[in-house]
Amino acid sequence: MKIIQNIGLLLFVVAILLFTIMLGIGNQRLTEENIPGKTPAHKAAIAEAANAEGILNKDIGNIEFISVFGKVLKKAQQNQLNVPIPDGVGEWDIKIGDWEIGGYTSAAVKKSANGPVQENPILWLLLTFGLAILGGLLFIIPKFYEHPGIKNNGIYHDSLTRGLKLNIRSLFLGATILGMLVFGFLKYQNLFWPLVTLVVGGFIYYLVFYRENSKQNTPQRSASPIHTGWLGVLAGIYLIAFYILLYWFPAYINNWIDMVDPVSKKLSGGDASNWFLYGLMYTVIVIVMGIRMLTKYQHNTYQKVRTFSVMFFQTAFAFLIPEILVRLNQPWFDFKNMWPLDYDFFFSFNIQDLLYGGGLGPFMFFWGILLFVIGVPLFTYLYGKRWYCSWVCGCGGLAETMGDPFRQLSDKSLRAWKYERYIIHGVLVFAIVMTLMVIYAFVFERSQILIFNVENVKAWYGFLIGSAFAGVVGTGFYPLMGNRTWCRFGCPLAAYLGLVQRFKSKFRITTNGGQCISCGNCSTYCEMGIDVRSYAQKGQNIVRSSCVGCGVCAAVCPRGVLRLENGSDDGGSRTEELRTIHISEGEVKMLG
Amino acid sequence: MSHTIIIGNGIAGTSAARWIRKLSDQKITIISSESQHFFSRTALMYIYMGHMRYEDTKPYEDWFWSKNRIDLVQDHVTAVDFENKMLSLQSNSTIQYDNLILALGSKSNKFGWPGQDLEGVGGLYHLQDLENMEKYSKGLKRAVVCGGGLIGIEMAEMFHSRHIPVTMLVRESDYWNNVLPPEESAMISQHILKSDIDLRLGVNLGEIKNDGTGRACAVTVKETGEEIECGYVGLTAGVSPNVGWLKETNLSIERGIVVDDHLQTNIPSVYAIGDCAQLKNPKPGRRNIEAIWYTGRMMGETVAYGICGRPVEYDPGIWFNSAKFIDIEYQVYGDMPAQHDEATTSLFWKHSDNEKSVRINYHTASGEVKGFNLFGIRYRHEVCEKWIKDKTHIEEVLQNLGLANFDPEFFKQYEKEIVDAYNHTTGKKLQLKQKRGLAKALAFLKG
Repeated sequence: MKIIQNIGLLLFVVAILLFTIMLGIGNQRLTEENIPGKTPAHKAAIAEAANAEGILNKDIGNIEFISVFGKVLKKAQQNQLNVPIPDGVGEWDIKIGDWEIGGYTSAAVKKSANGPVQENPILWLLLTFGLAILGGLLFIIPKFYEHPGIKNNGIYHDSLTRGLKLNIRSLFLGATILGMLVFGFLKYQNLFWPLVTLVVGGFIYYLVFYRENSKQNTPQRSASPIHTGWLGVLAGIYLIAFYILLYWFPAYINNWIDMVDPVSKKLSGGDASNWFLYGLMYTVIVIVMGIRMLTKYQHNTYQKVRTFSVMFFQTAFAFLIPEILVRLNQPWFDFKNMWPLDYDFFFSFNIQDLLYGGGLGPFMFFWGILLFVIGVPLFTYLYGKRWYCSWVCGCGGLAETMGDPFRQLSDKSLRAWKYERYIIHGVLVFAIVMTLMVIYAFVFERSQILIFNVENVKAWYGFLIGSAFAGVVGTGFYPLMGNRTWCRFGCPLAAYLGLVQRFKSKFRITTNGGQCISCGNCSTYCEMGIDVRSYAQKGQNIVRSSCVGCGVCAAVCPRGVLRLENGSDDGGSRTEELRTIHISEGEVKMLG
Repeated sequence: MSHTIIIGNGIAGTSAARWIRKLSDQKITIISSESQHFFSRTALMYIYMGHMRYEDTKPYEDWFWSKNRIDLVQDHVTAVDFENKMLSLQSNSTIQYDNLILALGSKSNKFGWPGQDLEGVGGLYHLQDLENMEKYSKGLKRAVVCGGGLIGIEMAEMFHSRHIPVTMLVRESDYWNNVLPPEESAMISQHILKSDIDLRLGVNLGEIKNDGTGRACAVTVKETGEEIECGYVGLTAGVSPNVGWLKETNLSIERGIVVDDHLQTNIPSVYAIGDCAQLKNPKPGRRNIEAIWYTGRMMGETVAYGICGRPVEYDPGIWFNSAKFIDIEYQVYGDMPAQHDEATTSLFWKHSDNEKSVRINYHTASGEVKGFNLFGIRYRHEVCEKWIKDKTHIEEVLQNLGLANFDPEFFKQYEKEIVDAYNHTTGKKLQLKQKRGLAKALAFLKG
């Protein structure tokens, strides 16, 4: 059994190595035919610059090509500045805009790539995805033969899962935040929004440390081990790098994209994009790691059903159905995603796509609104926010499968909770204000509201929240700060669901009388950083806006103290305190 | 301002401090040599197994104590001068009190086995015991755990989690059958064997052998003389009150520190709670020393009321306890002896997987339900307690048994099978009326 698992591990490592190395192989051969450009003028300008640079019809290494071609584009852009614009032709049909650089680079790279990957994409798919899946399954499947029960042995002895020392974690967090702000400034050549972000961040720091008096309450119970787990740090860096390339430098991962072209063609009929690659990877990971989750919780039907649910929604709703819709000439649409997590739902391009794109579009638009206007309050009232966060949501699905080995790394300190409340509700406010501006701008055809340029607000939200927070920090920080960093601190939909759960829901985690022994398993394995024990040891039910209802606290409890449940009684009494008082003023009794 | 000193920062001492703070503004000091902060002793095993870190076993963040003005002193109390209300500490300082709460806890039993003080021999009670286990675990070929009970099985599971072969020497003919009824005891014994732990039943420890350097290298089995090579010997034959160091004082001590219904000792202003306290008048059917988490917590609360001028009698209520035997959870509510008396009938149901069982005892003549023994199935504390307190008839309980079920959603419910088991033995035709659900349980409890 152990041998099979080790072979699996070996195959997986080989697959990851090949996956990484393959980015650097192959050549680019730019020819007249594959020069990008949306107008003949653009094409001609780029061709001329390419010719001057002497790269036409030459084989150039694929990474080198991107920088050389960058120079070519810059030159073409400059050359076009002085070209007179004939009547009846748009200015930007001649001039090349900054916003087109990324697309042109990707297009050129994709079209001119030739090498082992382009010659035999299926082989590379098998060598990377295939080998990783095989290795993963060889590692995972033998676990079905273990005795069912809680499987947390050695988590804090493992370099991958034991987390970082507090100071190293802070260093990573600080570097990531600053790095993203600097990158945002360079990307948009705009100092205003990075500065606003910095000021807001500083204000939250002030509120937590000084207004909430958290300065003297130095957390001791964050996920800080005695020795930093360097394998976890390595995994975190790899994931962060992956997201940076995926979001902002897709030209560098062209070999990955080309490798999944055949899959994309089979499904939607079109070429793969970086988003298709991401969707495919995401789905594969959710399925394979979902199977791991099934081995880990063989004895727990709640966990099994929930895991099947996230595997299903990711595979069908987030991946297959949208691709099939495209094949049927319908708009790409994920029926389970909703505003405000899906922050561009009300962006003009999306509204136009859906409302005027024909077919099912208007229904999709209506459905998307129905979900968050009716669906959220109704289902959250009945079942708590878990119906979405740990049963349906894609981010939740990844967190509950790939992220499960890291759930213990969430910070349980009171200070972290204070940060959480300011940040997540701040993001919710940002999402609402941004969306209102977008709708206002769309309806009244304005681009400026007060001093704010609506396009800039959209772009900054997309960059800071949609990409940097949800992706780079959200998933990249799994091995550093736990698997729900985004869901806990950033997701505006989670904030909205949480408000309903906290104030108007039948859901709670019931504490079983006085049976708690304060062992701390529940708090340790709460991915949302809720100090579950602090409630359970008082005999108090747990009603917290952040609880995603994963049910792991109830599963790991060695004394059967916790149960997730929906009652019919929804008075303000769900959170009444101190049930374990045994002195006369409160015999052991259950409060609704 | 009155100054209460608590010796011991376990669950009893900490509960006392918290409740005194809730009820009054007086000065509180907790002294412990074991650790700076309160941690959950019951979670020691999880640190070793890598489920948690020591930090995770602390129920309160470190700033909690200063915020609540509870002074923590990490030192060892060497002597108590009850006359002058003064403590001497190992650091050579003294400290004055107005009220003294002794929450001294237990120590692992040693019954005079040859070699019991060698290196590589230890119990599992203190944080230091854990450090000792850790120290000898590297490269350990085999560990022997002497003694069944709750700590023995924990220690065996700990070594097993690190793939260290374990032998368990248990005096009883089945695991913990002095507490568990025979069926449950057999079930747990089989579960232990199935988990690859070398369980030896009906044997005692003979001696622990010295490897010549003062370290344990083997044990012998008393009955067979068999020698088992091992690098670590766990002594888990129960615990007894940690009171030896006070024996020379005027404090009334038998096995534990003798206390009255208000947890007061024979010396005014001195109280004893938790594992070290021995009740002068235990409630009917209860032992005079109950070294468990929950009674420690209740005693801490009771003593706080006494110290704050609102004395109440200690009343632990209806017995409840819980444990986990490797993968099988255990809950008990009410009086559930290993051998029930003749006036009692025991309804027992066991799942075919041999890992789940429910036992309900009731008074044969009156039908009053007396207690519940649950393995691998969770029941609601409040519901079971209400049934027992109200002397509910067994048939009433059975028909509403779903009210008690506390297993997670989607788990299979076995209440109908239990009702069927009753029907089968009695020839009755009862029907299960209530399934699992919070709303109905709440309605029942409020009604």
